[in-house]
Amino acid sequence: MTAISSGATTYIAQSVSLFDGFDGFVLPLVLKIAFVLQLFFVVPLVGGYLEHKAMGRMQHRRGPVEAGPFGVLQLVADGIKFIQKEDVIPRAADRWVFAAAPGVAMVPALLVFLVIPLGPGVFALDLELGLFYALAITSVSVLGVLMGGWASANKFSLIGGLRAGAQLIAYELPLILAAITVAVQAGTLSLVGIVEAQAGFMIPGTGINVWFVFPQIVGFGIFFISAMAELSRPPFDMPIGDSELVFGYMTEYTGIKYAMYMLTEYAGMITMSALMVVLYLGGWQLLPGVPMPGCEGAGGLFDCSPIGIALSVLVTLGKIMALVFVMVWARVAYPRLREDQLQRMSWLVLVPLSLLNLAVITVFKVVF
Amino acid sequence: MAATSPPGTGLLKGLGVTIKHLFQRPATLMYPYERNELAPRTRGVIALMDENCTVCMLCSRECPDWCIYIESHKETVPPAKEGGRARTRNVLDRFAIDFSLCMYCGICVEVCPFDALWWSPEFEYSEYSIDSLLHEKEKLRAWADTVPAPPPLDDGAVLPAEVADAIEKAEKERELAEAKAAEEAQAKESGAAGGAATPAAAAKEPEVEVKAGEIDQETFDQLIAEGKSERIARSKAKAAWVKKEKARLKAEAEQGGGDAAAPAAAPKPAEVHVEAGQIDQETYDQLIAEGKTERMARAKAKAAYVKKEKARLRAEAEQAAPSGESAAPEAEAPAKKQLSEVHVEGTGEIDQEVFDQLIAEGKSERIARSKAKAAWIKKRKQEQLDQEGGA
Ligand code: SF4
Ligand code: SF4
Repeated sequence: MTAISSGATTYIAQSVSLFDGFDGFVLPLVLKIAFVLQLFFVVPLVGGYLEHKAMGRMQHRRGPVEAGPFGVLQLVADGIKFIQKEDVIPRAADRWVFAAAPGVAMVPALLVFLVIPLGPGVFALDLELGLFYALAITSVSVLGVLMGGWASANKFSLIGGLRAGAQLIAYELPLILAAITVAVQAGTLSLVGIVEAQAGFMIPGTGINVWFVFPQIVGFGIFFISAMAELSRPPFDMPIGDSELVFGYMTEYTGIKYAMYMLTEYAGMITMSALMVVLYLGGWQLLPGVPMPGCEGAGGLFDCSPIGIALSVLVTLGKIMALVFVMVWARVAYPRLREDQLQRMSWLVLVPLSLLNLAVITVFKVVF
Repeated sequence: MAATSPPGTGLLKGLGVTIKHLFQRPATLMYPYERNELAPRTRGVIALMDENCTVCMLCSRECPDWCIYIESHKETVPPAKEGGRARTRNVLDRFAIDFSLCMYCGICVEVCPFDALWWSPEFEYSEYSIDSLLHEKEKLRAWADTVPAPPPLDDGAVLPAEVADAIEKAEKERELAEAKAAEEAQAKESGAAGGAATPAAAAKEPEVEVKAGEIDQETFDQLIAEGKSERIARSKAKAAWVKKEKARLKAEAEQGGGDAAAPAAAPKPAEVHVEAGQIDQETYDQLIAEGKTERMARAKAKAAYVKKEKARLRAEAEQAAPSGESAAPEAEAPAKKQLSEVHVEGTGEIDQEVFDQLIAEGKSERIARSKAKAAWIKKRKQEQLDQEGGA
C-alpha cells in the first residue's frame, strides 16, 4: 500500500497486484505474463466478435453464424486461416523492415495491457506513472505502421503510412491533453489511483459522488474521438481508406502479418476503451457511490472477496464492451472523413478545446 | 450544417438510424438451410425432354455460344399400312449442353418447335472442374422432371388455342345432346297434343347460337377469291356466319312471337346456362357500394347470377315435376323447362318416386338423392330410346 498525497486529499491506492500474493519470484511473473497474454488474445477477439455481430445487425445482416455457436469462433477461424496462408513479401520490399513492422506495431499494444486495471488487484502492474506509460507506449505503434508503409515499396502503402503518421501526431495531442486533465483532477498518474479518486469525487458542495465523465464531458468527447482517430477506426480510417488507397499500409501484407496488424487494431480498441473506463467511467465501480458487493476497502473498491473481484472484472469488461459497441456504432453510422477535414478537426477544434478544458479544470481544481 | 438545426443534430440522427436498424430483423436467408420461393419462370438450367426432340437442330444452330452438341443417325421406319412407303426418322444419339459456355439467354428454349427444351429452376450444379459442366442428355432429361407446371393464366387472359378448342368441342357435344332432348320433347309433345311442327325448329335455335364452329361459305369463297389466306378467310367467314345466324334467329323470334309462344320461350332457359357472361345487377351494385373493385364485383356478381339462375330453374322444375313428369298435354311450358334442364342441371333432377321410397326405407337423404338422380337419368334415357324407336 502506498499513500499518494495530493493537496488536502489523500488517496489510498492498492498498488499490489493479486498475482503478487503468490510466493516466490517466478510464479507471480508467469501468472502475470499469462494474464496479460490472455487479455491480449481473448478480449480483442470478444470485441471483434461484437463488432462483427453489431455491424451485421445494423446492416440487416446476421454477422458470423457458422463458426461455433452463433459464430463466436469466427475470429478464431479467421486466425487459423491467416496462419495457413502463404507469407508473401514483395520483391522490391525492404525485407527485414517489412517483416518486423507488424511486430513493432503489435508489441506496444500488448504492453499496454500491463497497466490496465480490470478490478481490485486484477492487473499486472500498478505503475505510479501508469497513465503516462500507457499513452507513451501506444504511440510507439505508429512506428510499426510507418515501417510497414515504407518497406512495402508501394505508393499506396507509403501514402497510407504517411497518413497514419500525420493522423497519429495530430490526434496524440488532444488525446494526451484530455488525459492530463483527468490526471490533474485526480491528482495522480496511477490508473488505480484515478479509479479510486473517482470513487471519492463529490460534486462540490454536495455529497453526491460522480465519475469524472461528469465534470469532464468535453474531455471525454475529445478523448473518444481522438482514440478512434488514433486507432484509424472508421470514420477516421484514411490510412487504410480502401476506396482511395487499396488498403493503405496493409496493402502488401498477407497471412499472419496481416493478422498481427488486425489484432493490433482490435487490441487498441480494447485498450483505449479500458483507458476511457478508468479515466472517465469509474473503473470497476458499478454505479457512482455504490460500493461493490463483497468489498470492504475505501469507497467499496478494495479488499474484495473473490465474488467481489469477479463482479468488478465483469463490470469493467462490460463497460469496455459498451464503449467498443459505441465505436462500432459510429463506424456504421458515419462515412469516412477527408484527409484535410481530419487534420482541420484536430488542429483547429480538438487541440484548442482540450487546452481550454485543461485550463478550466485546473482552475476548478485549485478553487475547490 | 443546416442553419436551422443546432450543430450535431445530423450526427445524432445518423446514430439514431443505425441503432434502429440494429433491432430490426436481418434480411439474411440462411440459404442451405432455408430456401426461398423461386420465381415461377426461374432460369436455372436447360432441361431436355428427349422424347420430344426430333433432331431438327434449330436450337443448336440458334445458340449464340454454339454450346449445344447434337448427334443423331437415321433409321428406316416400316410403312404404317400395307403397301405404304417406308420412312426415315432421325434418332437422337447425343444431346449435350456445355454450361460453362451457356449464357442462359434462353434462345434454345424459345426456338424449339417441339417443346423439347425447358427452363428448369434447378440451379445447384456447380462443379470443381470446368469440363464437368458439359452435361449429357441423361442429365438434361433428369432435369426435365424438375420443370414446374406453368403458372395459371391471369384473369381474363385469352385461353391457349388447344384449351379453347377442347372447350368448343365439349360445348358442341352438349348442344347436340340438348337438341336431341328437345326433339324428343317435341315428339312427345306432338304425340300428346298433336301440336305444330314449329317448336322443333325453335328448339334448334339455341344450338345455333353457340356453335361458332361453322363458317359462312359465301364469305369464305369470296375472300379466297380476293386472294386472302385460307386462315384469314376462315376466321372471317366464321364471324360472318355467327352474325348472320343471330340476325336470322332474331327475325324468326319476332315473326313467330304471336302464334308460337313456346319457341320464344325455349331459347331462354338454354341461354341462362350458355351465357355465363351476365351478371347479377343487385349483387354487383351492392359490392360496388361496399367499396370492392369493379373487377371483383363483376366476378362475384357473375357467380351470384349463375347461382340464382340455377336455383330458380331448380325451383321451377321441382314445382313442375309432380304434375308434368309424364308429359301431361296441358303442361307444355313446364315440360320445356324440364327439357332445358336436361343440360342445365344435367344431374340436378331426381326421380321423386324413387327418392320418396328410399327415404321411406330409412336411407339417408344424401344417398336417396343420389340414387334418385341416377334413376331419373336412366328413365330419361329410356324415354329417349322409346321415342326414337317410335319415330
Ligand atoms: S440458353 Fe442460350 S447460350 Fe445457353 S444453350 Fe440455350 S441458346 Fe445456347
Ligand atoms: S430445337 Fe428442339 S426438337 Fe430441335 S433439335 Fe433442338 S431440342 Fe430437338
